[in-house]
Amino acid sequence: MTESVETAALTPAPGRAVPEKSGQTGTVVRSTVLRRLFKNPLGIIAIVILLAMAVMAVFADALAPFDENFANISKTLAAPDGVNILGTDSSGRDVWSRLLFGAQLTLASALLCAAVAIAIGLPAGLIAGYYAGKFEAVSNWVVSILMSLPGLIVLLTIRAAFGPSVWIAMIAFGVLISPSYFRLTRSAVQSVRNELYVDAARVSGLSDLRIITRHIFSVVRAPIIIQTAAIAGVAIAIQSGLEFLGLGDPAKATWGVMLSEGFKNVYLTPSLLFWPAFAMALTIGALVLLGNAIRDALEDGEKIKHRRKKIRTAEDAATASAAKAARKTVATVEAGTEHHLVKVTNLGVGYPQADGSVKKVVDDVSFHVDRGEILGIVGESGSGKSQTAFSILGLLPDTARIVAGAIQFDGNYTVAPGEDKVSQDRLSKLRGKRISYIPQEPMSNLDPAFTIGYQLVTPMMRVLGISKAEATTRGMKLLADVGIVNPERTFKAYPHEVSGGMAQRVLIAGAISCEPDLIIADEPTTALDVTVQADVLDLIRDLQRRLGVGVILVTHNFGVVADLCDRVVVMQNGRLVEEGPVREILRNPKKEYTQTLLASMLEGKEPMTMLVPAPSSVTARSTAKENVL
Amino acid sequence: MTERAALDAAESAPTQRGLLRVEDLVVDYAGKGFRAKKFRALTDINISIGQGETLGLVGESGSGKTTLGRAVLGLAPVSGGRITFEGQDISHATRRQRRVLSRDMQVVFQDPYTSLNPALEIGDILAEPLGVQGMEATAAKKRVKELLDQVGLPSDAIHRLPREFSGGQRQRVAIARALALSPKLIVCDEPVSALDLSTQARVLDLFLQIQKDTGVSYLFVSHDLDVVRHISHRVAVMYRGEIVEQGPAEVVTRDPEHPYTQRLLLASPVPDPDRQEKRRADRHRLLEMQRQQNEQAGVPA
Repeated sequence: MTESVETAALTPAPGRAVPEKSGQTGTVVRSTVLRRLFKNPLGIIAIVILLAMAVMAVFADALAPFDENFANISKTLAAPDGVNILGTDSSGRDVWSRLLFGAQLTLASALLCAAVAIAIGLPAGLIAGYYAGKFEAVSNWVVSILMSLPGLIVLLTIRAAFGPSVWIAMIAFGVLISPSYFRLTRSAVQSVRNELYVDAARVSGLSDLRIITRHIFSVVRAPIIIQTAAIAGVAIAIQSGLEFLGLGDPAKATWGVMLSEGFKNVYLTPSLLFWPAFAMALTIGALVLLGNAIRDALEDGEKIKHRRKKIRTAEDAATASAAKAARKTVATVEAGTEHHLVKVTNLGVGYPQADGSVKKVVDDVSFHVDRGEILGIVGESGSGKSQTAFSILGLLPDTARIVAGAIQFDGNYTVAPGEDKVSQDRLSKLRGKRISYIPQEPMSNLDPAFTIGYQLVTPMMRVLGISKAEATTRGMKLLADVGIVNPERTFKAYPHEVSGGMAQRVLIAGAISCEPDLIIADEPTTALDVTVQADVLDLIRDLQRRLGVGVILVTHNFGVVADLCDRVVVMQNGRLVEEGPVREILRNPKKEYTQTLLASMLEGKEPMTMLVPAPSSVTARSTAKENVL
Repeated sequence: MTERAALDAAESAPTQRGLLRVEDLVVDYAGKGFRAKKFRALTDINISIGQGETLGLVGESGSGKTTLGRAVLGLAPVSGGRITFEGQDISHATRRQRRVLSRDMQVVFQDPYTSLNPALEIGDILAEPLGVQGMEATAAKKRVKELLDQVGLPSDAIHRLPREFSGGQRQRVAIARALALSPKLIVCDEPVSALDLSTQARVLDLFLQIQKDTGVSYLFVSHDLDVVRHISHRVAVMYRGEIVEQGPAEVVTRDPEHPYTQRLLLASPVPDPDRQEKRRADRHRLLEMQRQQNEQAGVPA
């Protein structure tokens, strides 16, 4: 469910019980990529280094005291002094000046390489990704050929053919490396090509060029920048490597040529080797760090500090300490409640936020389920119904905290009062054996890599400790039990070979395979067609009667509730609105919210009339502003 | 085609049903791989929509109802048959023709999360179709304000991003975008399926209100018979790429003739335990009856 997104609100709705002042309200952050980049110390260091390098390169003519090839024969391999601040090389050329001019040529050629690679890879990737078809097929062939070429040998060949020009070498390398841009762009475009907003733009009659520049290019912009940082580093390394081997143009000062020169005199003046190597290491390192920093900035990676105890508000702390006192005396449940299969008492679930507050998604929820009873938890998205179910299952995300209340299962606490996490020790003994789960999306809950039989048999072998043969027989029987006509074929099938309704039957078979006492079904029929839904509901009802299990059915559909449930809990914004027998809730709801929900049902309404009571336009407008939507 | 549907088609004057006509439409999708078999998504579809009329299209997933909507919009390949809009054949309209057509024909998609570009502000999203038609920036801005008002969104929404809005609000933005050029037909592809119950009710109200105010026609695609009954004048039921039943909403959704529509009607649960129990029993009886009929007719189950 997209609960967190759904409740994203401009302003908190009046009368909202949950104190949600933080988190979802102010989540909107714009143009923060740059800001976040500047907050990252490594990012700043990288930017400063690169800017310094760029300034040195651009103003090399002004900054350098000597020409790059000005040789003072009388002063070779000199140590640093006032005139030659970094000393001179074997021909008496000033190292500092050559370093500056080297920066100019090295950086410019690296940029040329990246520019060539982008100029080829980006448009080709955009076109291949957007139009697919023949162009994509042909360009994939070209890319494969380019990638299979041995890069260094090609560069050596090109040098042999065209002479020792750093520019030509870098253009060639740019062509060789363009497939990386092509692939990056193509896959990014493919991921958005079929997005509905692109379809909407097509319906609006936008030309392909406008669609690509406006809607698609923005997706590839960031990865291209990151990729360029990496590619520029690689280009510097490759170019310097070639020149180090002596394949560069000795008349031009680049870091690679200086490196080669320094290596020849490594025993006489090691510093000749050091300075170009230092400049290269600094630049390449800065480029890599910059790429990482941009990626981090884009990934929205704001970390939440785990201040487990301090995050509580005063009120919560009071209940917690009281609860702690209670735990010291008794770890057993309240007398007289042991007979309930599940009892949830004043449960609160919250997520610690970056600013230290806790965003509550479930607040003060209490209900119980008895054996052989079906309890429906009804609510809209963001009502906390799934979070409640997950806290019984112990499947809350790691960041979630139980901020109040307790959960007991069959007379024992799974969450004792005062505990802030679900005890995985206690729950792992129950989950799969006594508590099982039917999920919402049947397809995404079956592993596509394994057969259905394997996924059914393995848990049984593990949980029940039976042999594979026995588990297989049992699995077959279960599949027959859940109304699968040809169990053997389904048993051997992979998940993609069965329909959604069939997959849900398989998951239900899995849920009852270890004879649980409680089944938690989270919107078990929402993803299914109506006719299939009716069949699956029939199945759940039959099984529940036959096995006498307790069921918690989380749903948003009152029809499903009416079909299956004995009792109903209505939730809104994390709070329990109303609880009662199904007939009472559906026929005479006491609370306004339940009445509104039931009034929104289309069944039995006069067609073509307004559903929300008049004056509809005003209501719609004001409610939109209140963000009840 | 049933007798009643034929009758229904006969009584409808062509002028009334003149806005959109789909005749013997066939849509094939190319299969994956070399010389792969084509996949027939739609077979011999015949529908028509008149001015100010809503045709509800109902069916289960994979029935081709979304494909039909997309074919009308030019987003699915037309392999056979004809689609005419105001008498003009648009089965194979070029992008240029589509641009002209987009003034009269618009779309609201199912998923309000992916139908709006997350990188663009609401104002830019709404101004896009206006800009395509060559409207000036100032005029476009005025129109965007009108649109936001029309769909019940605050005017400060212009400078916000889609992610700042809830599902229902985003769907209002998508509806505003569809309305921007005052179209004659809006193809609505499951526009309320992703929404909560109470939000769904408000958005349906909005659709009805807009139709009342502007006289726009809808091709309203949904899997939910209740939704379709509520909003449609006429309903067409799709099953496995074909239209199995078509007629006035009241008749098709209350007293259907085709076995599939009958199953569909009884499968949707009602929010009352006792009535639902009865409906459940009715459904089992119907399934049993249809099974026997099939057996007698020699059709394998």
